[in-house]
Amino acid sequence: MAQSSALPAEQYNYDIVRKFTITAMVWAVLGMSVGVYIASELAWPFLNFDIPELTFGRLRPVHTTLVIFGFGGSALFATSYYVVQRTCQARLAFPWVAEFTFWGWNGGVALGALSYMAGITQGREYAEFEWPLDIAITLVWVSYFAVYVETIRRRSQPHIYVANWFYLAFIVAVALLHIFNNLAVPVSLTKSYSLFSGVQDAMTQWWYGHNAVGFFLTAAFLGMMYYFVPKQAGRPVYSYRLSIIHFWALIFLYMWAGGHHLHWTSLPDWVSTLAATFSIILLMPSWGGMINGIMTLSGAWDKLRSDPIMLFLITSLSFYGMSTFEGPLMSLKSVNALSHYTDWTVGHVHSGALGWVALVSFGSFYHLIPRLWEKKMYSQTLIYVHFWLATIGIVLYITSLWVAGIGQGLMLRSFDDYGNLAYTFIETVEFMHTPYVWRALGGAFFVAGVLVMVYNMAMTLRAARREQADVEAKLAAKLAKA
Amino acid sequence: MRHEHIETNSGLMLLLILVVISVGGLVEIVPLFYINETIEKVDGVRPYTPLEQRGRDIYIREGCYLCHSQQIRPFRDEWLRYGHYSLAAESQYDHPFQWGSKRTGPDLARVGGKYSNQWHVQHLVAPRSVVPQSIMPNYPWLLNTELDTSDIADRMRALRAVGVPYSVTQAEYEANVQKFGQAVADQLDVSKARDSLFAQARERDFDGLPDQITEMEALVAYLQVLGTMVDFTKYDEGYFATFR
Repeated sequence: MAQSSALPAEQYNYDIVRKFTITAMVWAVLGMSVGVYIASELAWPFLNFDIPELTFGRLRPVHTTLVIFGFGGSALFATSYYVVQRTCQARLAFPWVAEFTFWGWNGGVALGALSYMAGITQGREYAEFEWPLDIAITLVWVSYFAVYVETIRRRSQPHIYVANWFYLAFIVAVALLHIFNNLAVPVSLTKSYSLFSGVQDAMTQWWYGHNAVGFFLTAAFLGMMYYFVPKQAGRPVYSYRLSIIHFWALIFLYMWAGGHHLHWTSLPDWVSTLAATFSIILLMPSWGGMINGIMTLSGAWDKLRSDPIMLFLITSLSFYGMSTFEGPLMSLKSVNALSHYTDWTVGHVHSGALGWVALVSFGSFYHLIPRLWEKKMYSQTLIYVHFWLATIGIVLYITSLWVAGIGQGLMLRSFDDYGNLAYTFIETVEFMHTPYVWRALGGAFFVAGVLVMVYNMAMTLRAARREQADVEAKLAAKLAKA
Repeated sequence: MRHEHIETNSGLMLLLILVVISVGGLVEIVPLFYINETIEKVDGVRPYTPLEQRGRDIYIREGCYLCHSQQIRPFRDEWLRYGHYSLAAESQYDHPFQWGSKRTGPDLARVGGKYSNQWHVQHLVAPRSVVPQSIMPNYPWLLNTELDTSDIADRMRALRAVGVPYSVTQAEYEANVQKFGQAVADQLDVSKARDSLFAQARERDFDGLPDQITEMEALVAYLQVLGTMVDFTKYDEGYFATFR
C-alpha cells in the first residue's frame, strides 16, 4: 500500500487495528449523542417531535446498539487484534477474513441502527437485530473466532497470555448467547417471532442480557485491562495465581446470574433465588480482577500524578469495583424489589458502561494511538481535560439516577395513614424531571470529553500524515537525484 | 492438572471454557421447559386474535416495552395500583415476552378494560391532553396509518410454527373449539384470519373511525385485552402460590 510505504515494514497487521480504533470513536460520538438526546426526551418530551424515527422507543435501541456493539465492539476488535499479535508474537492470521470482520461488523451495526428507526426490531433488549442481521453477525463472529484462534495457534510463545483467555471466553460465550437468544421463525425479511414464549423466553433473554454485560462488557474489557494496565504501568501483572482463579470463577459464575433480572416475576422462585446466590458470589472474582489491575500499580503510584493515561485506567478499575459491588447488592431480592423497573438500574449500568468500559477503552486508546500512528499524542493537557469532563459526567449521571430511581421506588411503595397509596404513578414521573435534567447534563459532559478526545486524535493523525508526507517527499527527492 | 497444561494448549482451553460457561444455562433454563409447575394451570388464557396480534406487533415496533413493563409483582402497592400479580400462564403465547425491565410509565399487564377506547386513542395521539405531566411521545401516525393486513395469515402461520395454537387443519380447529370455545376458535383459524380481523374491528371499532381500520385500531385492541383473560374470582389466593 502506498500509504504505509514510509512506515517501516510492519511486523504486525496494524491496519485493521487502526480502522477499528477509528470506527470505535465514530460510534462513540454517535451512540453517546443519541444517548444524550433520548435522555433529553425524557426531560422534555417535545423533543420527540411527532416523528416516528425520533421517538424514545425507537431511538433507545439505537443508543444501546451503537454504544455497546458499535463503540464497545469496535474497541474490542481493535484491542484484541492488537493484543493477540503482540502477546503471541505472530502476525494476524487470515488478513482478508479480518478485513471482512471490519466491514461486516460495522455494516451490521449501521444497518441495525437504521432498521430500529424504521421500526424493524425483535423487541428483545440488546438483541433487537432482526433475523437477517443476526445471521450476518453470526458469520462475522465465526470469522472473528477463526482469525483469533488461528493467530493464537501460530504464537511463538508456548504460553497463551492471560489477556487472551478473557478475549477467548468472550468470543465463545457471545457466540453461544447470540445463537440461543435469537432463535426465531421468520415471517418476512423484516419480521420474525421468537421460538420461545413467556417465562422461558424471559429467562433466555436475561441469560443473554446479563451475559452481554458479563462477557461483552466485562470479560472482554478485562482482557483489554490485562494488557494495557501492565504495559502502561511498566510492571508485570500483580498476581498470576489470582488471574487464574478469578478468570475461571468469573466465566463460570456469570452465566448463572441472569435470573436476578426477573426477581418477583412469573419466573419460578427457585431460578431467581439461585441466580441471586451466584450473583453475590460473583463479587469475589469481579473484585479479583479489580485488585489484580489496581495492585499492578503498587510501587508506582506516583504515575497517577504524572500520567493521565494511568488516571483513566485506574479510575476505570475503581468504577468497575464499584459497579460490581452495586450489582450483587441489587440482586438481593429485598433491594431488587425497590430498585427493579427504576432508574437505579439504568444508573448502575452506566456506572459500568461509562465508568468502566468507556474509560478503560479511552485509556487503552491513548496508549495505542501513538503506537499505531507512530506519533505522540497532540496534547497531554487535552487528555486531562477529557478525563475530568468524563469523570464529572459520570458522577452527575450516576447520582442523579440514584435520586430518580431510589426516589421513585420509595414513592411507589409508600402508603398514607389509611393504608392507601400515597402517590399516583404520574406524581413519580413529575418528581423525576429534575434528576432527568441533571442526568442529561451528565451525559453531555461525557460526550464533550469524547469530542475533546476525537479532536486530540484527529490532530495527532494529521501530524502523523504530514510527517509521513515529508518523509516521502524527501525520499522522492533523493531518488530523483540518484 | 497444572494450569500450565491449559494455557499452553489453545484447544484444551477453548474446550474448558465452553464447558464452564455452559453449566449455568443448562441448569437454569432447560428445566423450565420440563417442570410442569412452571406454568400455572388456569382457564381463560388464549392466543391473541388476528387484530390483537397485529396490535402487539405495533407495540413491539414502537418500542413500548422500553418504558412499560407487563409484569406485576406480588407486592401490596402493585396489587393496589395494577391488580393481581402476573402469572406465567398469562404470557404463554407471547412470542417474544414483553415483561419489560423499566417503568418510565406504569405497568400495562392489566391495563385492559381500565380505560375506554376513546381514552386510549386520545392518550396515544396526545398523551399530555389527558395526563398533563406525562412524558410519553405522541403517536399521531397510528391514527392516520391504515393497518397492513396483507400478511396476517403468514404471521399466524409463523406463530403456529413456534407453538401458538392457531389452526390450519380441521383437527386443530376442533381442538381449539374444545379448549377455547367456538367463538374464540373461529378467530384462531388461519384461513379466516383477515375476515375475523375485519369483523372484530367493525364490531368493536377501537379507533373510533367506523369505516377505517388503522394501526390505532389494532394497538388499542391489544391494550384492551391485556390482563383480562383470567377470571381471578374463580381462584383463591393459595392456589397460585402452589406453583411458585
